[in-house]
Amino acid sequence: MCSQLTDPMLPTPYQVLKRVRETKDTFTLTLAPVKGGQGFPFAPGQFNMLYIFGVGEVPISISGDPDRPEKLVHTVRAVGAVSRAICGLKKGDTLGVRGPYGVPWPVKAAPGYDVLVIAGGLGLAPVRPAVYHLLARRPEYGNLELIYGARTPEDLVYRRELSLWRGRFDFRVHVTVDAARNGWRGNVGVVPNLIARARFDPEQTMALVCGPGVMMRFTVQELVNRGLKMENIYVSLERNMKCGLGLCGHCQLGPFFVCKDGPVFPYDRVRDWFLMREV
Amino acid sequence: MRPAASNLGDEVVLEAQALQQLLEVLSGRGYQVVGPTLRQGSLVYDRLSSLDDLPRGWGDQQEGGFFRLRPLNEPALFGYGVGQKSWKEFLYPPRRRLWPARQEAHGLQILPPGEDAVKFAFIGVHPCDLHAIAVQDKVFLEGPYLDLHYQARRQSAFILAVNCGHACGTGFCVSMGTGPRASSGFDLALTEILAEARHYLVVTVGSEKGRQVISQLPHRRAQAQELEAAAKVVAQAAGQMGRSLDTTEIKALLYRNYDNPRWDQVAARCLTCGNCTLVCPTCFCHTVEDTSGLTGEQAERWRRWDVCYTVDFSYLHGGSIRATPRSRYRQWLTHKLATWIDQFGVSGCVGCGRCITWCPVAIDITAEVRAIREGERSGARGQGPGARGQGAGISKGTDKSN
Repeated sequence: MCSQLTDPMLPTPYQVLKRVRETKDTFTLTLAPVKGGQGFPFAPGQFNMLYIFGVGEVPISISGDPDRPEKLVHTVRAVGAVSRAICGLKKGDTLGVRGPYGVPWPVKAAPGYDVLVIAGGLGLAPVRPAVYHLLARRPEYGNLELIYGARTPEDLVYRRELSLWRGRFDFRVHVTVDAARNGWRGNVGVVPNLIARARFDPEQTMALVCGPGVMMRFTVQELVNRGLKMENIYVSLERNMKCGLGLCGHCQLGPFFVCKDGPVFPYDRVRDWFLMREV
Repeated sequence: MRPAASNLGDEVVLEAQALQQLLEVLSGRGYQVVGPTLRQGSLVYDRLSSLDDLPRGWGDQQEGGFFRLRPLNEPALFGYGVGQKSWKEFLYPPRRRLWPARQEAHGLQILPPGEDAVKFAFIGVHPCDLHAIAVQDKVFLEGPYLDLHYQARRQSAFILAVNCGHACGTGFCVSMGTGPRASSGFDLALTEILAEARHYLVVTVGSEKGRQVISQLPHRRAQAQELEAAAKVVAQAAGQMGRSLDTTEIKALLYRNYDNPRWDQVAARCLTCGNCTLVCPTCFCHTVEDTSGLTGEQAERWRRWDVCYTVDFSYLHGGSIRATPRSRYRQWLTHKLATWIDQFGVSGCVGCGRCITWCPVAIDITAEVRAIREGERSGARGQGPGARGQGAGISKGTDKSN
């Protein structure tokens, strides 16, 4: 329990510095506090609640570099009223931000390990801060592998960055799509199929997995088949959230509130609940 | 009676009429006095301006899906059980404005909400509801984030508890260890006694605030026979308890039974109306509503109680996580009686029976748990998260590693 003086439900106004289109419905916004200042520190995997004036508020993972917290970066897909409004913001527009919330990826516990970062679709956004963290401290880790899949080549996000990463000799990047037209020269198939190509020592490997439920289920299965310990597999879960504080009840998953006990969980801790339907 | 000095834990006697003075002392100390009163044939908690606002001479009759007031043959002031409403509506209001915002030339402006200076005195809090307040304290005051509004109202509240003189029709507080006698969490606790043309109250002093209030009233130390009479009243209520809930290893039982066929059976009756969550004195789920003015320059954010029985509650883009009534009833019951224990270290159920009384189809939480327990014995056990072994990893619900 921590004492607190200010109301955690009060957002702080932020301003859009930059808006980049990732796909037809996904945008990356760079934000800074309207009043100036440094923003706030965050850990990879944490999320913020973003508020659009009069429309509403949604939880969105932070997708920027944790070593450069002065630039707050969020990648948002327009799927509902609020996320559509966020995607419609232009440079100079304001929105409310509160956070950061949640348990981060355990990158600080990973030195010495091989790290597999495995993402599906927009699941790359919540793990990107972990990738930044790992690359900034590259010598501390063993093999680093990114396995990333999307539905089609047009659905891949952070394309420029992916090609930069692919150019590195100390980071192996595998990209796949479920389906592609002529002209796509990369892999076609689902994410778990690419795990066979990754190099890692199962005894000394940590996997960070984020994506749609089905993708995570089969990915985890494949990782376990390849000898990873379930406690070294981390998943980031998604639920409806109204407060982010562990008070509104919407994100409950069995004995957990995803907002404060997660969103990142070691798989062995949530497995039974994760595999059950409608909990 | 001359005022006598009293200490914490002392038991003193007040004549029933002294309650009027008690109400006056409390309002004199700046409290908004709220307590049980009758409205449209029902029992509610609302502002009391005098002793006459209490439902003198009225009792209640409660069964599954049934509540009626009934006249008593004695002028008892506290002759009823718990009504539809609970004290949570004062500490944790059904609707509350979180903040107003303005859209200005230079962008969004979010203004801090105003101060909330109201100070409540609760008159006639039953022991189950005292426990419910303690449960909500754990939710709102002991997590990683505090609800400051709840904290302010809670810390300033004065609680006059009442020990139960008769069992309410649907309660099972004895099973939950929450009644019918108040053991802690009050400033003053009274037992009402009507015997041999005397009408008096045996009052336990539970806090310094309580001691100060009682010292302003004519009272005297309780005598042995008065204490005995008070104990008899409470014992009588315990003996009348018509319902029970076997809580033996209840968390493990429910964790093992997420696939018990009983959930389908209860889902066929459940209307998913959510009455049980609204009358429950511990249910804390809420949602937020964002509104905007006609000109588009003003907006507000409101918080209101939410109901886990709606499809919308677990909605995530693409669909709802709990799409079936079966899963939503299961969510409510298992949260109350099992996952709550992992989250907050206590049961979310205090045995007040409101969910049974106010369920339009009389679903009875005690009967549902019994059916699951018996069904499991006869082999209808499911594949829940605790079904294999001890439910690895699910007992550390509040462990925030990392």
